[in-house]
Amino acid sequence: MNILYDERLDGPTPELDQAAIRDALLQAIPGMTLLHREEDMRPFECDGLSVYRTLPLLVALPDSMAQVERLLKECHRLGVPVVTRGAGTGLSAGALPLTHGVLLVMSRFSRILEIDAEARIARVEPGVRNLAISEAASPCGLYYAPDPSSQIACSIGGNVAENAGGVHCLKYGLTVHNVIKVEVLTIEGERMTLGSDALDAPGFDLLALFNGSEGMLGVVTEITVKLLPKPEVAKVLMASFDDVEKAGNAVGAIIEAGIIPGGLEMMDKLAIIAAEDFIGAGYPVEAEAILLCELDGVEADVDDDCETVRHVLEKAGATGIQQARDDDERAKFWAGRKNAFPAVGRMSPDYYCMDGTIPRRELARVLKGISELSERYGLKVANVFHAGDGNMHPLILFDANREGELAVAEALGGEILELCVRVGGTITGEHGVGREKINQMCAQFRPDELATFRAAKAAFDPHDLLNPGKNIPTPARCSEFRTIKSAAADTAPGALQG
Amino acid sequence: MATATTPQDHDAGEALAERIRQASIDGTPLRIVGGDTRFFYGREVKGDELSTREHCGISFYDPVELVVSVRTGTPLAALEAALAEHGQILPFEPPRYGEASTVGGMVASGLSGPRRPWAGAVRDFVLGTRVINHEGIEQRFGGEVMKNVAGYDLSRLMVGAQGTLGLITEVSFKVLPAPGAVQSLHLELPLDEARLRLADWGREPLPISAAAWLDGALHLRLEGGPSSVAATRARIGGDELDNAFWSALRDQHLPFFRAGQAPLWRLSLPHRAPALDLPGIDESLMIHDWAGAQRWLRTELDAEAVRQACQAAGGHATCYGPRPAAIEPFTPLPEVLMKYHRNLKAQLDPKGIFNPGRLYAAF
Repeated sequence: MNILYDERLDGPTPELDQAAIRDALLQAIPGMTLLHREEDMRPFECDGLSVYRTLPLLVALPDSMAQVERLLKECHRLGVPVVTRGAGTGLSAGALPLTHGVLLVMSRFSRILEIDAEARIARVEPGVRNLAISEAASPCGLYYAPDPSSQIACSIGGNVAENAGGVHCLKYGLTVHNVIKVEVLTIEGERMTLGSDALDAPGFDLLALFNGSEGMLGVVTEITVKLLPKPEVAKVLMASFDDVEKAGNAVGAIIEAGIIPGGLEMMDKLAIIAAEDFIGAGYPVEAEAILLCELDGVEADVDDDCETVRHVLEKAGATGIQQARDDDERAKFWAGRKNAFPAVGRMSPDYYCMDGTIPRRELARVLKGISELSERYGLKVANVFHAGDGNMHPLILFDANREGELAVAEALGGEILELCVRVGGTITGEHGVGREKINQMCAQFRPDELATFRAAKAAFDPHDLLNPGKNIPTPARCSEFRTIKSAAADTAPGALQG
Repeated sequence: MATATTPQDHDAGEALAERIRQASIDGTPLRIVGGDTRFFYGREVKGDELSTREHCGISFYDPVELVVSVRTGTPLAALEAALAEHGQILPFEPPRYGEASTVGGMVASGLSGPRRPWAGAVRDFVLGTRVINHEGIEQRFGGEVMKNVAGYDLSRLMVGAQGTLGLITEVSFKVLPAPGAVQSLHLELPLDEARLRLADWGREPLPISAAAWLDGALHLRLEGGPSSVAATRARIGGDELDNAFWSALRDQHLPFFRAGQAPLWRLSLPHRAPALDLPGIDESLMIHDWAGAQRWLRTELDAEAVRQACQAAGGHATCYGPRPAAIEPFTPLPEVLMKYHRNLKAQLDPKGIFNPGRLYAAF
């Protein structure tokens, strides 16, 4: 099934004349940058999931919130869909433009408005890069905890839209746990404050609802995040295993010992080799799997915990355990993990990153399932895994220039996600549904549950103008998805069972 | 996987769904009740009682996964006892206003205890919910995994919505190991001095997990590894305090909560907000919990004045019952926000059968 917007499955699109819309917008918002030529709009045709590309109707680059407000009001009046984009690093085509929609680019809003060390908060514009917040807070001994791998480039507005995670989620939470307040504009151009500078706000928890809503309920114009004191120390243990299942069991054993590591990551053999070739992180290339376990906090506690974890790892059958001697070596250990995606990218012309989350106890079964699927589809899969919180990133290696191989990668990816759902997990832990996983939403939710999602959307955007077609599939799409699935099941009785 | 059972394990989901289907057909408003220990928290609901008490039991608990799923009629005490058997806790330290307090009431009210500023609130630990919608269909949002961004986060939306958007029948929580060491301290300090120290300590990675100023003293709790707790205790000084102080504060058993007839106000403020601009209020007679972010006040002052002072300081004020009929329990919402609250209620509960008027008269 096609991922790109399909009128037949995703709903009718308005007939819009580019020149007329452009005139109307420029008249309403004189001075706003509004790109309309193909060559100018080309850089905005995709986000981080670049296999899907669509040229938008227009690209708006406002530089004041007053312009954003007028743009939304005007689009609302004219019935023009709006797709909001931050830094464009998203991996689920959540900011994929629409041929019949304006792309609203928020990247010019990149000011850090306030770092309040005493209140331990930062107030920022949505285009501020994730890492820039921690850098600005660093002189005060504070930092912003969520750290997606794209943190050098991704923007905080996009983080809110996707409820972005990172490698420290088990202990420090996702974006939703670290944002205390957002200012939003509705599609009608009304201003609302969700959350507060206090620890709660009256009424429904709309702040939680907006986190991860993929730009479909409103446009976030300002964000206040919580800052944490930097941990006194962080120490990393790297353990190698001759068997993936043993590594998976070691993860459970660490948590059973009452320890919540700051980060707990696992990589399989293919990912280890790729990272080692690329970065030279000092990974044991002969291992079937490695675990990276970071313990952070007050030094005395961290030392105690390192001892405990070392014993647990030995008992779990680790073939080697190394503790980073200093911060340089710790950074090197992490560099291999944080660069795992580009490292795998060097092994193959293209790779496709999955984002399923599973209960950790199912790890061995799911990895086995992935390896069977990989063989069946004839594409290699490298596994990188936020082991502490069960979030997997299988990377499917393929070559988009080979006829039909993207479609094979998509089909393999879809099956991996459906496997995650079957073992009690989810199709996306932190990257979002976007367009990419729109079909698999039909596997995870029943039609009546999807209808409830649509009802929630209708409360804020009854005419479906904000990022239409993302996140929540239409009944027509799901009905086609189910038809295709049941036809496939009839012809392939040996298909993998959860 | 641990098998945890509570004595009254029972799945009443189908009976509850049938009641809701009928109420939906008849247009009968329902007053959802668990242990009825949070009756003071909100407006009176006029409707047929719908009790969750029969819908009881832990349906899934795996200490290694750090996940527990529990039916909402389960007594909170039973859930916490089951977790304690495996050395685990609900980190947000939910208040119990009586032995009958249920998991459903805890989630619907969204109230958290003394550890909240450091550990997070109820909603931060909700991974998934099952909710019976206005058509009497049980739906599942979120799940039993730590990270899940598929669809809108309707699970967290249910927390604090007081049952106005649907009947929550089951909730999955992230749980955590209980801290290795706990030490509570009592430091005689004037309020201003306590504020300054808390502000300084807040910028350091210290193992503080509760801080409340009352009766001329700062009450602190340290939780973490034995080494860091001992070191911090040595550095901060003060006298030992019974750890039971925190449950007394959490459950409103301290004399402050029992004395006086004036309405009880919960003030939610930025923790460093200065003394409120209110006539005749002696801040030293208040409780300053959550390092100053949650303050308790008894006053006969005009509700409007209390609310304005809190809003000016960046927060809001909630009046706990019993309260005079003229005082709304919750701070009124700005017009635009109210519009979207009404829209959401109309979309998810079009016939207005779930706890109508519990939060605001308008829905």
